[in-house]
Amino acid sequence: MSAIVAEHEHDHHEHGPAKGLLRWVITTNHKDIGTLYLVFALAMFFVGGSMAMIIRAELFEPGMQFVNPQFFNSMTTMHALVMVFGAVMPAFVGLANWMIPMMIGAPDMALPRMNNMSFWMLVAGVLLLASTLFMEGGAPASGWTLYPPLVLQTGTALPFAIFSVHLLGISSIMGAINIIATIFNMRAPAMTLMKMPLFVWTWLITAFLLIAIMPVFAGAVTMLLTDRFFNTSFFDAAGGGDPVLYQHIFWFFGHPEVYVMILPTFGVASTIIPVFARKRLFGYSSMVYATASIAFLSFIVWAHHMFTVGMPIAGELYFMYATMLIAIPTGVKVFNWTATMWKGSMTFETPMLFSIAFVVLFTMGGFTGLMMSVAPADFQYHDTYFIVAHFHYTLVPASVFILMAAGYYWLPKWTGNMYDERIGQLHFWLSTISVNILFFPQHFLGLAGMPRRIPDYAVQFADWNMISSIGGFIFGASQLLFLYIVIDTIKGGTGIKATDEVWEDAHKHGLEWTLPSPPPYHTFTTPPAVVPTEHEHI
Amino acid sequence: MSTNDTYYIPHKATWPVIGTGGLVMTLAGFANYLNGSAIGSTLMVLGLVIFIIMLTGWFTLQAGESESGMYSTQVGISYRMGMMWFIFSEIMFFGVFFGTLWYTRNLSVPWLGGAGTGAATNELLWPSFNATWPTNGPGKVGGDFEPMGAWGLPFLNTLILLSSGVTVTWAHHGLLAKNRAQLIKGLIATVVLGFSFVSFQAYEYHEAYTEMGLTLGSGIYGSTFFMLTGFHGFHVCVGAIILSVVLFRSWKGHFKPENHFAFEAAAWYWHFVDVVWLGLFIFVYLM
Ligand code: HEM
Ligand SMILES: [Cu+2]
Repeated sequence: MSAIVAEHEHDHHEHGPAKGLLRWVITTNHKDIGTLYLVFALAMFFVGGSMAMIIRAELFEPGMQFVNPQFFNSMTTMHALVMVFGAVMPAFVGLANWMIPMMIGAPDMALPRMNNMSFWMLVAGVLLLASTLFMEGGAPASGWTLYPPLVLQTGTALPFAIFSVHLLGISSIMGAINIIATIFNMRAPAMTLMKMPLFVWTWLITAFLLIAIMPVFAGAVTMLLTDRFFNTSFFDAAGGGDPVLYQHIFWFFGHPEVYVMILPTFGVASTIIPVFARKRLFGYSSMVYATASIAFLSFIVWAHHMFTVGMPIAGELYFMYATMLIAIPTGVKVFNWTATMWKGSMTFETPMLFSIAFVVLFTMGGFTGLMMSVAPADFQYHDTYFIVAHFHYTLVPASVFILMAAGYYWLPKWTGNMYDERIGQLHFWLSTISVNILFFPQHFLGLAGMPRRIPDYAVQFADWNMISSIGGFIFGASQLLFLYIVIDTIKGGTGIKATDEVWEDAHKHGLEWTLPSPPPYHTFTTPPAVVPTEHEHI
Repeated sequence: MSTNDTYYIPHKATWPVIGTGGLVMTLAGFANYLNGSAIGSTLMVLGLVIFIIMLTGWFTLQAGESESGMYSTQVGISYRMGMMWFIFSEIMFFGVFFGTLWYTRNLSVPWLGGAGTGAATNELLWPSFNATWPTNGPGKVGGDFEPMGAWGLPFLNTLILLSSGVTVTWAHHGLLAKNRAQLIKGLIATVVLGFSFVSFQAYEYHEAYTEMGLTLGSGIYGSTFFMLTGFHGFHVCVGAIILSVVLFRSWKGHFKPENHFAFEAAAWYWHFVDVVWLGLFIFVYLM
């Protein structure tokens, strides 16, 4: 099996990209599509971020200041949906598109036309979702979990939101199928499975999760649709249904979904840390096995989101212990990253700084998760700001920080220009300090009993809320630096051209560093004969 | 180098955006229709037309490329993987509704009747509720109904689908043995069986609505019954249409014993639909 691109003799004009804007509409090139995903995700990061700023502004002081409660709840709902489905997930798909073919020595993604479609389905889904903001009755305000019966009270927006979930699901499934086919079928012959970079491994497993869970979410919202418009009784006890059933189905999707956002994060961290520690990744195979175990466990722990809803006691106990098990493979990973840095000749460029912050701060998010997995304790934490702090620690200084790290790490490869290291470091320090001012106090608020998803609160919570909001505003503003750096780097950056290798000895860690910076439109039209590996024993 | 050991990468694709546009239009139209807006149905039909044009155009393009030998074995493997994982996603989709049936029958309906920790719910809210399946719940939502039996049409439909699984395999053997007549006859039989299944089911639905008082609104029994059989019936329709296209292509002389991905994909899909029906027959009709 060789992977050599068929270039037809008669259509030489087709080698490069199409001219003008149309290039981006009809492209099938993995680099173009990767760029589209990344740019779209960055835009959505700012849209979702603006919504977060509205939330923090309202919570700056007790009392109602700027928005009405209904709109406030729409903001929490839309903020979450936009960040999850519009920013974090697409950003990782963008990285997958850009990097996976280059990392495994493939000429492109396995199914290029479907690749194009999966991007446009994403845009369509997000547009449909965004359109609900302008509808009678407002955007959905039920929280991103869309629990019935509350969500069924949504106005005109309900069917639009539901169909947007369907479109986002189709997009994710197509993207995931493409990634699996690419990894299984397009690797350079020398690239055996256990030589693959961990980013590729984690995406392989993530793609499997996506195909398994997106149809489940689609099914759940379809039942919402029929309950509202076609007289079914799935979630209505009067007809013999059960609203709690929705929660089971949602979290059967929802828990693996949070791993969809964190597994590729792990993969990027495992790719970056060895390069700046100038060592091989510690425990390569244990990383692979840990990722697979986390993915497996993620399917059998969902009801830890429902401890307070009412479950037979055996269920509470089972879901408690099963959830605790996840800490083991997660601990393996944290150990391995730390061991990789141990006695390494480390340097601290921006990507490495973000990665180190990730290791530390993600661990905190993991620990609060472990606290909440204790069912009787979760009765206190559930639906308070404690859980808000938990998942934001796993998502912002983990997933988002690693996305930033990935940006700094690969921008020189993508653009051929070096970014401005001083501004990068400034961005890092501002983000890291402010993210903790933003989220750490929320632990205290939650433990003291402040509920989540409310626009107003008792005065006893005023101080920490104000501090949290201040952190939030600084964090939000700091991200404009990232936007600046991205644009600046694309336009030439510091004026220093990136070498092929960019980072010292990076070619020992990944095939992408053997290509020119920026890489030509088509790469690896003939597969590379030798490939680097992190694995110690090959 | 012959095209057969290269990986074909198309350079520009217009159908994906067109298809996405069509689909969004259909869904936005449907949403408008559900909200009672006048333009809803027009938008929906227009979107569907665009979507169908896209399907026709895209598949014609791919069939042409395949017939002109542009797809190497490696490309074929990508397509097969794509189809397999697509079917896996469909299995998960049906899993939701089977899971719903299981959960309501074994957990939530008994709880409403006072089992487990539901004693107080039952005592205080619905003391007279008798939790047996089939049920339309303590509120008798949708009024009295008669549940669907297994041994009339549903059993006949089981036989029909199972035989169609045999005929499609027979057609496949014909294709492998370069016996085009057998291929075409087998496909015709499969398509006819497929569409008769759909017709019988339509008749069954008609009976349910007009004679038995059984509708989508008949509480949880009606909801699960029509959701499961409805989505399945839709898949049978789609499968039969795909097989009709494959039949048309066979008649035009497409497919070779060593290269017939479209046939294989259609057959896999058909077997999948078949297996789902067996699950339905057992869990929805029999038990
Ligand atoms: C050691 C690993 C983890 C454990 C033990 C854990 C445990 C939990 C528990 C028990 C809850 C439910 C709390 C409640 O509702 O009372 C929860 C909520 C949540 N977790 Fe985690 N978690 C872990 C890692 C993660 C990761 C990696 C992410 C995302 C990247 C994440 C995202 C979330 C989200 C978004 C919620 C809130 C969902 C909502 O109610 O809207 N968690 N976690
Ligand atoms: Cu969870």
